[in-house]
Amino acid sequence: MNMGKIVTIIIALAVAIGGAIWWQMNQVDPEDAKLAGAEACFIYVGPVGDFGWSYQHDQGRLAVEKELGVKTAYLESVPEGADAERAIERMARSGCKIIFTTSFGYMDATNKIAAKFPDVKFEHATGYKRDHANVSTYSSKFYEGRYIQGVIAARISKTGVAGYIASFPIPEVVRGINAFILGAQSEDPDFKLKVVWVNTWFDPGKESDAAKTLIDQGVDVITQHTDSTAAMQVAAERGVHAFGQASDMIEFGKETQLTAIIDDWAPYYVERTKAVMDGSWGQIDVWHGMDHGNVVMAPYTNMPDDVAALAKATEAKITSGEFTPFTGPVIKQDGSEWLKWNEVSDIGTLLGMNFYVEGVDDKLPN
Amino acid sequence: MGLTEAILLTIFTAATPLLIASLGELVSERSGVLNLGVEGMMIMGAISGFAFAQITGSPYLGAVSAILVGSLFSMLFAFLTITLVANQVATGLALTILGLGVSGLWGESYIGVAGIKMEPIVIPVLSQLPVVGKLLFSQDLIFYSSIALLVGVTWFLFRSRTGLVLRAVGDSHHSAHALGISVIKTRYLAVAFGGGCAGLAGAHLSLVYTPQWVENMSAGRGWIALALVVFASWRPLRILAGAYLFGAITIAQLHIQAIDLRDIEFLPSALFSLAELIKAMPSQALSALPYLATIIVLVIISGNRRLTLMNTPASLGKGFVPDR
Repeated sequence: MNMGKIVTIIIALAVAIGGAIWWQMNQVDPEDAKLAGAEACFIYVGPVGDFGWSYQHDQGRLAVEKELGVKTAYLESVPEGADAERAIERMARSGCKIIFTTSFGYMDATNKIAAKFPDVKFEHATGYKRDHANVSTYSSKFYEGRYIQGVIAARISKTGVAGYIASFPIPEVVRGINAFILGAQSEDPDFKLKVVWVNTWFDPGKESDAAKTLIDQGVDVITQHTDSTAAMQVAAERGVHAFGQASDMIEFGKETQLTAIIDDWAPYYVERTKAVMDGSWGQIDVWHGMDHGNVVMAPYTNMPDDVAALAKATEAKITSGEFTPFTGPVIKQDGSEWLKWNEVSDIGTLLGMNFYVEGVDDKLPN
Repeated sequence: MGLTEAILLTIFTAATPLLIASLGELVSERSGVLNLGVEGMMIMGAISGFAFAQITGSPYLGAVSAILVGSLFSMLFAFLTITLVANQVATGLALTILGLGVSGLWGESYIGVAGIKMEPIVIPVLSQLPVVGKLLFSQDLIFYSSIALLVGVTWFLFRSRTGLVLRAVGDSHHSAHALGISVIKTRYLAVAFGGGCAGLAGAHLSLVYTPQWVENMSAGRGWIALALVVFASWRPLRILAGAYLFGAITIAQLHIQAIDLRDIEFLPSALFSLAELIKAMPSQALSALPYLATIIVLVIISGNRRLTLMNTPASLGKGFVPDR
């Protein structure tokens, strides 16, 4: 090798290493830079651009910035488990006063870090563990919307079978499936529901495969408990109906979407951040639904007027508290009685729901 | 359209991006360059395909731009690992991370925008054939390209002189160099080809599979493509087998979950009990099934150790510094 080439390589390496060091010094850690000075912090399981679950949480964050003028920060696509713990700890260390951890799987990590940082307030979405005084839990009664979806599905479906794309067998998801079938059975006692578990919150390809599978098997209404808009698109392509999830997905199925359950976290996030700022924050466990505007239904579209009217009437009854979806008589899938006539489920059973009600054509994974 | 046909069609769609990306990576690895950045190049292809389809209104221009962007993006990797002889594993990982980040930034304004789907091109006469007509001759252009690529890559690697040169570079860059072959140039071209293929695979995701843009939409398919190359022991036909097997089991496990076995008529009793057994498995295990089955089958078909060693590019992952 001649001298010239060696010099060239050394110069190139020097420039590369120098560049790397410069970059390192300027941007010691992009996460820390993002977190600097933020007071309200958010951690999301998916990308903010999923146009579903994480997107809606981020809309809530933006509302906090806009209404309170508080600086916020977020970390997206944080896997549940050990990574979450690291991310939450980093937020707590960087001076966040309140941290919203927005996925069920962050439950243990949230409580663990909360023990180390008693002055920081933690808010965990959809969980039930509040091991320390600085941890609150909050969720929304999405199942109220699922019940209305079921009512609509039973009236719209010609095949008498709806398809459900499910993510993970946790109570939140099981509750949605049960509410959906109860709503459907209120209109058509023989209505059937096929469930496909994809074991992911977010994988557009897999979600679309699941939608195709269900349609191929004779389903003509699709609902999903996963985060992307892929299923809506497949439904539009195949000419069946679908429900949007978390966000209004009408853009992806103008003649397909019947309605969508929209998660509106903004009121809660603004209220809680404000409470931290004025020192009135206290531990709570909140589970609001349509009555507090946390669960909003997108316009009822692509259905006959009488079905839309029925859906609106059901929504009004749930909003006013006159009716709750889990009201007896309800029989479990194994044939045993769960709720007697007019009996309303207690919250504990709902929060830990690990069984199907009658009519679900699936075996619940453990 | 019957159920079987519908299922096969879904399998074909699921397998196409894996096949394309794997073939690209195969060429790159056969030249001795291990590029772990497939996921990153794929996602760059997905966003550029989507963006240019939106701007120009043509999904075909979108796909072309995806190929170009994938190639260009891979040149960053090529410069670092071939010219500057940086570590290929580390640089490949960095390329993936960079691709995921840059695509997220680029695609911000496309979130929630309905995509343009690449429509199937129906080939006259042939598409009238029963079953295969729908499956093979009424598909989109990217599917046809994947088959053309398979044939082309197989011919190129094992039947052309340039392919022989490329394999020689991958097996022993020093010998090839001594023979007067330009190792650097060969590897640059191979990496560019791999990048272009990964980009096209990405375009399939955002223009055919799920015509939309969402961050991170490749969801790990680049990694599966990478694994397929290794498990197929660097043979194109085995890559085809692996990609379709993976797609088939992915779709089959979804169908098994949803199906009511009593609805199927004339199911042989042996198959019935097998299906019942699979249906009784927890869905988490079913989700892992495609990975397990693909690995097992490919390990079995590449069971001949001597043949496997013969197919492994001997200089894979090693940096080349010309010594004179």
